[in-house]
Amino acid sequence: MITAERKPFAEIKAAVAPYGKILVVGCGTCVAECAAGGEKETALLASQLRLDARNEARTVDVKEVTLDRQCIYEFIDQLFPLVDQYDAILSLGCGAGVQAMAEVLPKIHIVPALNTTSISETMEQGVWREDCRGCGDCKLDRFADICPITRCAKGLFNGPCGGSKEGHCEVDPDVPCAWHLIITRMEETGRLESMSEIEPPADWSRTQGKGPRKIVREDQKTP
Amino acid sequence: MTESRLKRVLTGSHFAVTAECGPPKGADPEVIRKKGNLLKGYVDSVNVTDNQTGVVRLSSLAACAILKEQGLDPVLQMVTRDRNRIALQSDVLGASALGIRNILCLSGDHQSLGNQKGAKGVFDLDSMQLLQTVRQMRDKGIVLGGDQLNANPSLFVGAVENPFGDPQSYRVARLAKKVRAGAEFIQTQCIYNLSKFSEFMTQVRDKGLDTKVFILGGITPLKSVRMAEYMRDSVAGMDIPDEIISRMKGAPPKEQRQEGIKIAVETIQALKEMKGVHGVHIMAIEWEDVVPELVEKGGLLPRPEV
Repeated sequence: MITAERKPFAEIKAAVAPYGKILVVGCGTCVAECAAGGEKETALLASQLRLDARNEARTVDVKEVTLDRQCIYEFIDQLFPLVDQYDAILSLGCGAGVQAMAEVLPKIHIVPALNTTSISETMEQGVWREDCRGCGDCKLDRFADICPITRCAKGLFNGPCGGSKEGHCEVDPDVPCAWHLIITRMEETGRLESMSEIEPPADWSRTQGKGPRKIVREDQKTP
Repeated sequence: MTESRLKRVLTGSHFAVTAECGPPKGADPEVIRKKGNLLKGYVDSVNVTDNQTGVVRLSSLAACAILKEQGLDPVLQMVTRDRNRIALQSDVLGASALGIRNILCLSGDHQSLGNQKGAKGVFDLDSMQLLQTVRQMRDKGIVLGGDQLNANPSLFVGAVENPFGDPQSYRVARLAKKVRAGAEFIQTQCIYNLSKFSEFMTQVRDKGLDTKVFILGGITPLKSVRMAEYMRDSVAGMDIPDEIISRMKGAPPKEQRQEGIKIAVETIQALKEMKGVHGVHIMAIEWEDVVPELVEKGGLLPRPEV
């Protein structure tokens, strides 16, 4: 899923300071799963804004609403009857949610309340780890199903650097060395020999350099 | 076209001596010239670091050009952290055009360890891919993607290896991979744990790698107990056994430098006797003026005429 973290309240407060009427919009999918922008977090942020205004004797009109998915236009359409009544939208969606709303609602300022971080897995309750950078050219099978682009701090393709110690990365001793994990898993599955092949330079044109990547599927379009 | 002195020394079966020269945190070329003068006659080649530990310094390429002017044989360190494949290949051509004849390909310390913590780490290529790229530029006259060069660069190509890094079981396989990628010489991480290094060399010889690549053992003289402990605890991939720490501790503060020099000289002597080790690379960090003493005490003078 896409993971995100809520921005500090002070930053959100400063960003919405010019507005008296704020529509706080949550998203019920990925960011709800990682407890950053779901219904509960949206209600909490709306209350915080109201309470803060009251403490400072300001009047502010805050309404909250959580869409099933902020990145799909059909769900955003639900906001049409509301937007005219507000000065700004405070979005608890990921970067795709914020931009999809901007696409659908061209006349209102949308302020992000989250910092979108990554495509992650849930390791345990409250722990999410980044797994994928969306490079557009998945080679996980060649790396024992551990992505070196994402999980090696240097994104090395051909083995560990010289800086790992006891299986930990030189950058952060709390982070396991991805190449230590790759080699261990290769050893355990009898594939270590394949590591002797030199992985050629990546084709980054699949990731960047030609603007945003877009998938167009004619077979999926509605006639 | 003059050839690399380092290559001539190594292919002439001499025990090579190289030293590291860290460029200054400033634009003064005299710092480089002073370091160059100190080393002249004592070493075969001078290896210039490329923004080591991710700290901004005078560029490796510029420093190498200055050393070249002084009649030294520079080794250009090139890390893949800061430049993409366009810039790397361009600098390879530029280095050769300036008369630099040696290049050392490495990934580089992570940017978060230096003084530009917010920098974007490029790592478009890794050290293995850079080795391959430089070799195909030199040998086939092509850049990545296959376009032809109108003049090939002339460079002796090296890489680094850390015999003490993890995972231990993979270190020799990694060295073999670097050799396959095109490394002609190897500089190792600083050696303090001689028995572990000796085990590494046994595996290297078992795989016949010592006949395919020239191996230069890394030497860093310790200045003090504090430096030894700092390196053990805070420098990535460093192995300093307790025995070395207690030797340094055993020396009174004013004599610790001498003890450090003694340890370094003993290591040099041990490496001279170790089969498959073809030279030493002395990394006297901000202590370049100790190099002549180490070379002399290590019995490495005079340097051969080649």
